[in-house]
Amino acid sequence: MPIFECRALEKRYGAAMALDHIDLALEPGRIVGLLGPNGSGKSTLIKLAMGLLQPTSGEVLIGGQAPSPQTNAVVSYLPDRITLSPWMKTRQLLDFYGDFFADFDRAAAERMLSQLGLDLNQSVRQMSKGMKEKVQLVLTMSRRAKLYLLDEPIGGVDPATRDYILHTIISNYNPEAAVIISTHLIADVEPVLDDVIFLDHGHVALHESCEEIRETRGQSVDALFREVFKCWEN
Amino acid sequence: MSWQFQADQPIYTQLVARLQQQIVSGVYPPGSKLPSVRELAADAGVNPNTVQRAFAELERAGLIYTQRTAGKFVTEDAAAVAAARRSLAEAQTRQYLAAMRALGCGKQEIHNLFDQMEEQEHADL
Repeated sequence: MPIFECRALEKRYGAAMALDHIDLALEPGRIVGLLGPNGSGKSTLIKLAMGLLQPTSGEVLIGGQAPSPQTNAVVSYLPDRITLSPWMKTRQLLDFYGDFFADFDRAAAERMLSQLGLDLNQSVRQMSKGMKEKVQLVLTMSRRAKLYLLDEPIGGVDPATRDYILHTIISNYNPEAAVIISTHLIADVEPVLDDVIFLDHGHVALHESCEEIRETRGQSVDALFREVFKCWEN
Repeated sequence: MSWQFQADQPIYTQLVARLQQQIVSGVYPPGSKLPSVRELAADAGVNPNTVQRAFAELERAGLIYTQRTAGKFVTEDAAAVAAARRSLAEAQTRQYLAAMRALGCGKQEIHNLFDQMEEQEHADL
């Protein structure tokens, strides 16, 4: 059964069509890139999967179920902005995650935090933007979830941290779980992905395996993206 | 640090080429244990399913084998490794010859250049 499915999914904000009739099915064991220019509907799709937004019509399903507290218990979500409480120390965040999520692997989180040189006694308020992003990512990736929804996980961090994040995604790979990474830094994530979905003005413009793209078209996913979403004509 | 890949070719074929090279050159001698899918994926910075596919390809070619519980190993068959080495060397040579012909070099010129370059390299050492 697909872990993530959209059936004739449509989302409008007033008159603006954010997602227009999306049909998708993602199987466990895949790492999928959700790619598209700004405003193509990437974050909207992820928020619908989390139940943070309601579809205008159609449905989104997590393991066959509509989003609910039960499905959120198996979905690990990294929002595209910092949502950590400023007054909390990292140690308290670990407690908080441990209380909230049965699948939270605290030992893994502590290991990653120490690899990144992050102090458990520092409060979120004292952290730089990059540090907050790292902590938030560690918390997200330390859950043993069935579906990971990572909204722009590598957007705001330096290249070395970007490598660490991608490394973390690879070493956390679980054939029972799917990972969806939304980003426009395609060249960086490309080697890590099984499949890509190109979103264009709320439509699925392409859903294909990365190796297939390189094999049949003789070009990288990054090059194909630049071609499909070219912003000007010569 | 992750490996570098050509953008316009599948990654698994590039992994296959790199592993083949490491096997025929003795980095992984006959009978030796290969890294696990997870280790290699993390090391190369690529998707684990891609690594799995590269291993499957090498297994089909008879260069490696899987032992249910212990992992993946280079074949003990030294002749198979030698044959793979030979075929890689042939492919390299064919490529080289094609590039030289494209420059308009004939057999004699290629031979002469080859000898000269090799002498120079020896002199430099």
